[in-house]
Amino acid sequence: MNTGRILGSIAIMAGITYLIRMLPMAIFRKKIENPFIKSFLNYVPYAVLAAMTFPGILDSTGTAVSAAAGCVAAIVLAYFGKSLLTVAIGASAVVFAAQMMGF
Amino acid sequence: MKKEEFLQGVRHGIPICLGYFSVSFAFGMMAVIQGLPLWAAVLTSLTNLTSAGQFAGLNLMVAGGSSVELMMTTLIINIRYFLMSLSISQKVEEKMTWKQRFAVSFGITDEIFAVAMQRPKELSAAYMAGLISTPILGWTLGTFCGGAITTLMPQRLTNALGIALYGMFIAIIIPPSRKNKAVLFTVLLAVALSCIFTYVPIFKFLTGGWGIIVITITVSAIAAYLFPIKEENEEGEIG
Repeated sequence: MNTGRILGSIAIMAGITYLIRMLPMAIFRKKIENPFIKSFLNYVPYAVLAAMTFPGILDSTGTAVSAAAGCVAAIVLAYFGKSLLTVAIGASAVVFAAQMMGF
Repeated sequence: MKKEEFLQGVRHGIPICLGYFSVSFAFGMMAVIQGLPLWAAVLTSLTNLTSAGQFAGLNLMVAGGSSVELMMTTLIINIRYFLMSLSISQKVEEKMTWKQRFAVSFGITDEIFAVAMQRPKELSAAYMAGLISTPILGWTLGTFCGGAITTLMPQRLTNALGIALYGMFIAIIIPPSRKNKAVLFTVLLAVALSCIFTYVPIFKFLTGGWGIIVITITVSAIAAYLFPIKEENEEGEIG
C-alpha cells in the first residue's frame, strides 16, 4: 500500500463519516417519526457486523481449523456475556493454542 | 458557568474514554497486523472516531477495495449517526453558533450520543466540548498503543490475534441476540446471506464491500418490516 492510497482512503472515510454527522445538525430541524426507517436503522449495526464476521472469520488466522476453534470460543464467551476485550483475547488464545498443537 | 459546563462534560466523558481505549487498542493492533503503518492507524482514528466504520474501512483498504466501495461501506455502516445527529440537533441550545454546531457534530458516536441524550438539560457547546474531548483522546491514544505494541510482537502471536476483531464483533452481536428475537433473526439472516454470497459462484460479482452493503440493506429492511420497534433505544446501543 503506498502512502497516497492510504491518505486517500482515510480522507474518504473521514469525509463521509463527518458529512453524515454534520448534515442533520446543519439542515434538519424535525425529528424522524417514520417507524420503518427508525426500525431499519436500529437493525443496521447487527446486520453489518454479522455479515462481516461470517464467513470471514474462518480466513482470519491462516488455518481454518484454528479459526473455527477460536470462533466457537468467541461465541461461547459472548453467550455468557463476557466483555468485548475478554472475548477477543479468549478467541485469540484458543487460536494460539490450536496453532501450537499443529492445527 | 461555561467552565463548569465544560468540566461536567469532561467528567461524563471519562468512562467513555476508558472504554474507547481498549477498543481502539484492538483497532491499532488489527491495523498494524494487516499491514497499515502505525501513523496511518492513528490518523484514521483521529479523523474518523468510529469503531465499526474504521474496522470495515481497514478491511477494504487492505483487500484493495475501490474508492466507491469504501465510500458506500462507510456510508452504510455509519448512516445511523445521521439519526443521532438529528436527535442531538433538537437538544442543543438554540443560541449555539454554526461553528459550534460543525465542531460538535464531529464527536457524535453511539456512546457520546447516549450520554448526551440522558442529560436532563439542554446541551451547551461547552458541555459537548468537554464530553467529546476525552473520548477523542482515549480513542487516538489507544490506537497508538495497540499499534506500537503490535510492531514488537512475534509473527505467531499476530497470527492468533487476527481473530480478535471478529471476536469483538461476536461479543457485540451475541448478547442482544439472546435477549431479542428480532436481533437474532437479523443476525442469522445476515450470516446465511453472507455465506451464500461467499460460497455460491454466481454471486462472485459482489466482492466484499458490495456484498455487505446488499446484505445490510436487505436484512435490515426485512427485519424492520417484520419487527418494527416501538420505542427509541429499545435494543440498546452498540459501539
